[in-house]
Amino acid sequence: MTAAGVPAVAFEGVTRRFGDVLAVDDVSFSIADGEFFSMLGPSGSGKTTCLRLVAGFEQPGSGHIRIHGVNVEGVPPYRRDVNTVFQDYALFPHMTVGGNIEYGLMIRKVPAAERRRRAEEMLALVKLDGLYARKPGQLSGGQRQRVALARALINQPRVLLLDEPLGALDLKLREAMQAELKAIQRQVGITFVYVTHDQGEALSMSDRLAVFNRGRIEQIGSPAEVYDHPATPFVAGFVGQTNLLEGYLAQRLGGFPATYAVRPERIRIVAPDADVPSGFASIDGKVASVTYLGANSRVEVDADGGMLAVVEQNVDGGASVAGRVPGAVVRLVVDRRHIQAVSASR
Amino acid sequence: MTAAALPAPRQRGGALSGLSSFLHGRPGLLLALLLAPPLVWLGIIYLGSLFTLLAHSFFGLDEFSGVMVREVTLDTWKEFFGNASNGDVVLRSALMAAAVTAADALIAFPLAYFMVRFAGIRTRGLLYLAVMLPLWSSYLVRVYAWKLILAKEGIVSWFAQQLHLGWLLEAVLEIPVVGGPSLSTSYIGTFIVFSYIWLPFMILPIVAALERVPGSVIEASGDLGADAGQTFRKVILPLAFPGVVAGSIFTFSLTLGDYIIPSIIGKSTPFLGETVFRLQGTAGNIPMAAAFTVVPVVVMGVYLMVAKRLGAFDAL
Repeated sequence: MTAAGVPAVAFEGVTRRFGDVLAVDDVSFSIADGEFFSMLGPSGSGKTTCLRLVAGFEQPGSGHIRIHGVNVEGVPPYRRDVNTVFQDYALFPHMTVGGNIEYGLMIRKVPAAERRRRAEEMLALVKLDGLYARKPGQLSGGQRQRVALARALINQPRVLLLDEPLGALDLKLREAMQAELKAIQRQVGITFVYVTHDQGEALSMSDRLAVFNRGRIEQIGSPAEVYDHPATPFVAGFVGQTNLLEGYLAQRLGGFPATYAVRPERIRIVAPDADVPSGFASIDGKVASVTYLGANSRVEVDADGGMLAVVEQNVDGGASVAGRVPGAVVRLVVDRRHIQAVSASR
Repeated sequence: MTAAALPAPRQRGGALSGLSSFLHGRPGLLLALLLAPPLVWLGIIYLGSLFTLLAHSFFGLDEFSGVMVREVTLDTWKEFFGNASNGDVVLRSALMAAAVTAADALIAFPLAYFMVRFAGIRTRGLLYLAVMLPLWSSYLVRVYAWKLILAKEGIVSWFAQQLHLGWLLEAVLEIPVVGGPSLSTSYIGTFIVFSYIWLPFMILPIVAALERVPGSVIEASGDLGADAGQTFRKVILPLAFPGVVAGSIFTFSLTLGDYIIPSIIGKSTPFLGETVFRLQGTAGNIPMAAAFTVVPVVVMGVYLMVAKRLGAFDAL
């Protein structure tokens, strides 16, 4: 842990079952104060259950959860110093935007004038000035999302929990909100715990992220660590695209009959008789297919012992690069440092 | 492939097919045809008869023959407002309807809340069945069953005796106005049976309203610091209130118009429905019966306006 001391959230051997389903399986990790921490994983991987355990909507079957050092066992949600932004926003439909945002303050009996002042501040923070008197039904999805954020932040929680808050927004809006959320987090300086199944979102926003699979954490690290050094085949496949090398290909490129992961953009296509630079591994093959993706192209190469995907930047433009036609004989070279050994998934 | 191998497009002849393609291009006509029967029913048979009823209250009776005279006059209404006991009938019925509505709301809400928020799928199904089951049996049978339950030597008084609580029952029956010689001949009895009979009509709309409250909204309230009681008052009750109002419209109007329960259980003092029944039946005074029938229509109109003012329909 950092010198800051007590982690904002700490899980110690936490398990949560729903009937026969082991939703969270002996999970331990900690989140530093002020960190933007993402929990990434496919649906049913346990990430949302972990968030709900922090919020207090679920209680662990075994293990302990500490929020700022305090064991929160048996503490109901309304006594926890955390707030949640819900996936469906969960705005109160019978209250105005202002009423929604002030709800937490009203419960704590803050005087009406101060509530109003702070709500207006929050509306400015989330760029919804002037919408105080609207009803949630009159807002767009993006605006509702901002109201949900303002409603949580006005309580000045020490930890903010976000459950796939951008999931229902369209792509453009989602990208804009990602940058904005990150900016707001820096501005208010509190811990954000962010649940998402979108690896791009997790990579672009997080200080650190945890990759969940089947109720367990496969890897925790910074986005670059997780992307460059995936610990397991699952992480390699879930975070970004990857070539998993097994059997002959693994032997050939990695040197041992283990499992390796190579990112498609780390492989270079060269002429079939080109020299292999020192420190590089190489393999020959035939182009099987080329998919034009705009900024880059994905080339599938049928190499000895299996298919390898290569992503090339379309630096020179055009729908196809010379020599990248199905059937062309090519040589693939890859820096050995980018061939990552991954342990078998648990 | 040769052309002969292709099956010929199937020809569907007949008038139906012709009609179908004729209507396909005219969605307006199709809509009109589909809506015509219900609109005729609602417009002519339903609203028309209501209007006829209203109109009858402006006719009078011939003094000697007792036959209705089809001439517009305010005599019936003068007589209606001139007799203080008519006001008593209206007030008695409205108070009973209000009391039954309040009691049903108080009983129905916790049950509906349990069904929606806590009961498992099986329990919920069983509770639905329990709520609906009485509606499958005859209304009259249930009312007569209650007469036996509430009678002087009936089940309730027998239980009270066994539990040495006979004095309590006596004390309750001693209460002026609502008490009486026995439960089955007191307003308390009428109230109990009304509340029982109309309870399902209060439970079902509240269940429907509570089902529309998302679980995440309730969690959000807790997340923002509200305890269970605050969440109930600030979030659940306001969101479920339209259901209570919808249920109350049923219980209130059904109690207001019913003439069987007060004639079987309770005092001999008449309620609205009984009065209408007597006036149009034995007394043959159709105009006065019509005047009495207008009363619940007006009362319900006022009731719905108040409900609207309370914002009961905003969340619908």
